[in-house]
Amino acid sequence: MNTNGETIIDVRGLTKRFGDKTAVDDVDLTVAKGEIVGFLGPNGSGKTTTIRLICGLLRPDGGEGTCLGHDIVREAEAIKRQVGYMTQRFSLYEDLTIRENLEFVARLYALPNVRQSVDETVEGLGLKSRQHQLAGTLSGGWKQRLALAACIMHKPRLLLLDEPTAGVDPKARREFWDEIHHLAEDGLTVLVSTHYMDEAERCHRVVYIAYGTIVARGTAEEIIESSGLGTFVVAGSGAAAAARALNGMPGVEQVAAFGQDIHVVGSHGPSLAESVHAVAERYPIHVAPGETTLEDVFIRLMSEAQVNENGR
Amino acid sequence: MKAHSAASRIRAVLLKEVIQMRRDRLTFAMIIGIPILQLVLFGYAINTDPKNLPTGVVMADPGPVARSIVAGMQTSGYFLIERGHTEAEARAGLTAGTLAFVVTVPAGFHSDLVRGQSPEIIVEADASDPTASANAIAALPEIVNRAIAASTQGPMSAANGAGAVRPEIIVHRHYNPERITAYNIVPGLIGTILTMTATLMTALALTREIERGTIENLLAMPLRPIEIMIGKIVPYIGLGFLQVGVILIAAYLLFSVPMEGSLTLLLSAVLLFIAANVTLGYTFSTLARSQLQAMQMTFFFFLPSILLSGFMFPFRGMPVWAQAIGQVLPLTHFLRAVRGVMLKGNDMFQTLPHLWPVTLFLLVIGTIALMRFRRTLD
Repeated sequence: MNTNGETIIDVRGLTKRFGDKTAVDDVDLTVAKGEIVGFLGPNGSGKTTTIRLICGLLRPDGGEGTCLGHDIVREAEAIKRQVGYMTQRFSLYEDLTIRENLEFVARLYALPNVRQSVDETVEGLGLKSRQHQLAGTLSGGWKQRLALAACIMHKPRLLLLDEPTAGVDPKARREFWDEIHHLAEDGLTVLVSTHYMDEAERCHRVVYIAYGTIVARGTAEEIIESSGLGTFVVAGSGAAAAARALNGMPGVEQVAAFGQDIHVVGSHGPSLAESVHAVAERYPIHVAPGETTLEDVFIRLMSEAQVNENGR
Repeated sequence: MKAHSAASRIRAVLLKEVIQMRRDRLTFAMIIGIPILQLVLFGYAINTDPKNLPTGVVMADPGPVARSIVAGMQTSGYFLIERGHTEAEARAGLTAGTLAFVVTVPAGFHSDLVRGQSPEIIVEADASDPTASANAIAALPEIVNRAIAASTQGPMSAANGAGAVRPEIIVHRHYNPERITAYNIVPGLIGTILTMTATLMTALALTREIERGTIENLLAMPLRPIEIMIGKIVPYIGLGFLQVGVILIAAYLLFSVPMEGSLTLLLSAVLLFIAANVTLGYTFSTLARSQLQAMQMTFFFFLPSILLSGFMFPFRGMPVWAQAIGQVLPLTHFLRAVRGVMLKGNDMFQTLPHLWPVTLFLLVIGTIALMRFRRTLD
């Protein structure tokens, strides 16, 4: 993390309601310059809404804060000039060519030399030969690259990416993240929402939101550690039967298959160990302590949040 | 610098709209096709000179001059004479629409004529379709004159002194005292076509962005509402002029509609009117949530425009409340302006009274659009 102390996003108590549903509830978020912050949470947890609040696309019902030093309610205009926002759904014009889309964006940001900027971007994308193709005919991966290129053309200071890699193949995803890290090295700040755990692990820091509330934040290691979860890996020919037996036993909170292995996760170490060893005596399996993953933690956070939500 | 970037942003939106417009072939074809289609349909449906109109003759005085007049009507081609009606039958035919005219030659017609008095021929016309009867009625005096001239030259010349006497033709127009001429329709078509297409096109302008999800990107970029509005409206003003050009050329070639006044003045009125309509469409666009809603709003506006503006029905014939609604519609004032310029050769000072209400409409609607425009996705 090459932060030099400058705060790019600083919002407190952010709240947004749609009708009687609270989409974002009292969210505090701070992002420093040059950080890549992963924004995680289940569907409908308020990730998109929070991002839209930050870049002035939605008006908050409560809370305040600044983005790039500008007030998010009163100075949305100034924020928009310095932010690159990549929407979840492809929202460039499908009936415009790649080049026309980029020209449109370049003119909108009043770039001094439209033709040159577009030429550079097209070449950077490696789309020079296809620049006159309609954007709607591009594959998902290319659309995503085009959208990213379009939102960094005006050299923004902050990049807001809303599930940028949904539906994109692994190689394209890898390249996309390499690009994000390059940009961050040059001082660009990135807030990116995602469902992918491997992507979360590529972020400097992760924020986990559920039902509009932030329930965990920190580096991947910090989050795993603070969760207090322990994991056993169960392997062997009886693993599948053992998994069924383990479900619902004391201390066992999650049982999930990973290939031939079963991961058994629980937050209370002693009772988890007791249950696992009891089952191991009845089935042909062997048990070893395993690494708790970010995914294990998030699944737990998700079910906890669900319980809280339903209990309200 | 600030003005420069605003201009650049407007240019961005404007060029984008033009490209999308060009690429949307079907809509583009419709834009050019609608005026031609409507013009041809209206133009030929109007048929300014229909012939063989069924005519009942009630002959109370079967004298030679009267017979000669009826024969003359038959040969003119306008009237298809049906004899042997009683007065009651003829009137029923007129009401039912099986007869377009009833010609009554009153008793004593011939003797009045011989005595040098001006006898009356009563022509009752079904003017519910006024354009249908207009030319036939216009041809009547000449037919009667010729018939009298012919009969007074014959050997049976009733009275040598009767040549100077002209029977009086009294025309009763039933059901519709006003007349709309074909020339009135063509300038009117400019107005209605623009009202429909210009309003509809821009009504879809923003809602299309909402439905396709591109509005999110658009709003995330540093655009001011007025910049989006100008960028989206101007291309459609251009398109409106293209339509007007098509209509004017076709009207001239197909129907020889005259152009009495200044073309520049006409086009200025057109500019103002298109601006009012595209702005209205844009306002609909800011109110509607979907393209369907925008379309419904447009038609909701289009109907009174056609019915209450004086395009379809004579303005002065409408009840006061309908006139009041009509006064608000830009089409009402535009029709007066355009008919004045095209048909009467009105100059700028005569046209201005019809233009300021359109300007007022434009300003009010434009303000509403800017106020209603949602800068956020809320």
